[in-house]
Amino acid sequence: MLVPLAETSSRANHTGLWRTLKPVIDYSSCIRCEICWKFCPDNAINLEDGRTTPAPNQKVTAFSIPVIDYDYCKGCGICANECPEKCIEMKFEEE
Amino acid sequence: MPTSIPEQELMEPGHTACQGCGATLAMRYVLKALGKKTVVSVPASCWAVIPGAMPNRTLDIPMVYTPFAATGASISGLREALDIRGDSDYNVVGFAGDGGTADIGLQSLSGAMERGHNVFYIMYDNEGYMNTGVQRSGSTPYGAETTTTPVGLDRNFKKQQKKVVADIMMAQGVPYVATATIAYPEDLIRKVQNAKKVNGPKFIQILAPCPTGWYYPPEKTIGVSRMAVQSRMFPLYEYSSGTFRLTRPSKPVTVREYVQSQKRFSHMDEDEIRTLQEEVDRRWESLLEKETH
Repeated sequence: MLVPLAETSSRANHTGLWRTLKPVIDYSSCIRCEICWKFCPDNAINLEDGRTTPAPNQKVTAFSIPVIDYDYCKGCGICANECPEKCIEMKFEEE
Repeated sequence: MPTSIPEQELMEPGHTACQGCGATLAMRYVLKALGKKTVVSVPASCWAVIPGAMPNRTLDIPMVYTPFAATGASISGLREALDIRGDSDYNVVGFAGDGGTADIGLQSLSGAMERGHNVFYIMYDNEGYMNTGVQRSGSTPYGAETTTTPVGLDRNFKKQQKKVVADIMMAQGVPYVATATIAYPEDLIRKVQNAKKVNGPKFIQILAPCPTGWYYPPEKTIGVSRMAVQSRMFPLYEYSSGTFRLTRPSKPVTVREYVQSQKRFSHMDEDEIRTLQEEVDRRWESLLEKETH
């Protein structure tokens, strides 16, 4: 089995500090299409169990929800721009 | 709901790419398609700095740094060495930028493809030397402003047309050649998986828009990538065992709309846009001809 020589994951590097705009997902209108997860260049969106999260309708409650990891999100805004339901809002960090 | 692309992640967060980087998405999708049994060889390029300095790693697979001009030679060597060790089930991938492929690494790439090693060569095309500060490369399209082709009063923008390495590889008779882009990850991953079935050299050119070097806001990366296909600036095709298949965009846009989406083309006048449009049309016609033969 071949393994990488470098042992420390770049997870030690909290690139979330670069961010000026912060994406916030409104789960009550999120249809769980996972497009934001698919297009995240920082791999900062994880898919998690969302059965107890508010949802626009009953059909989507069984699907996993996208959860943004703010330790690594650089705030590029691709997720908010590509979201078909426009339920991701880019907010200033200070707000 | 099953995801449309594999869920497995082999690229970790915390890497040092710019906001909205297209090249990281290219790597993420390629590794999703190939899986854990993969070895990547990277020359000087953006991807040489994205993983960060030792002892950090961003990829959960072995990654080898090679000199700029040696990607093709390094993947040839890795392949033969792994075969001798009995690790023939590993995928060997050369992952180079357009400078390291179209300009500096071309002879090494051509040699590796000619010798017929069972390797992947992925060229992520951000149309310039973005890592060193946006210099012009052979793969930069006509009309683009870079730091070595500054417009200024003399209008010294790039006057030459884009050199498409995938076309060169096709002419050389490489068994599998494809172009893909990050706006269509399902298509990209399907092409990498198709390439995996071919026992021999494989070449895939992936257009990876660069917000830093193309001067557009980082959230538009996917939109610009999609528009490159819709405007036929970057046609998607797949060439495998002698058959050529061209993807026709469902919602075509004009070259003018594509050009207006990026500041690197903002100086272009009507005549220059027309020159670019004519070249794009000419290339599209020549690709259509390839399909019928």
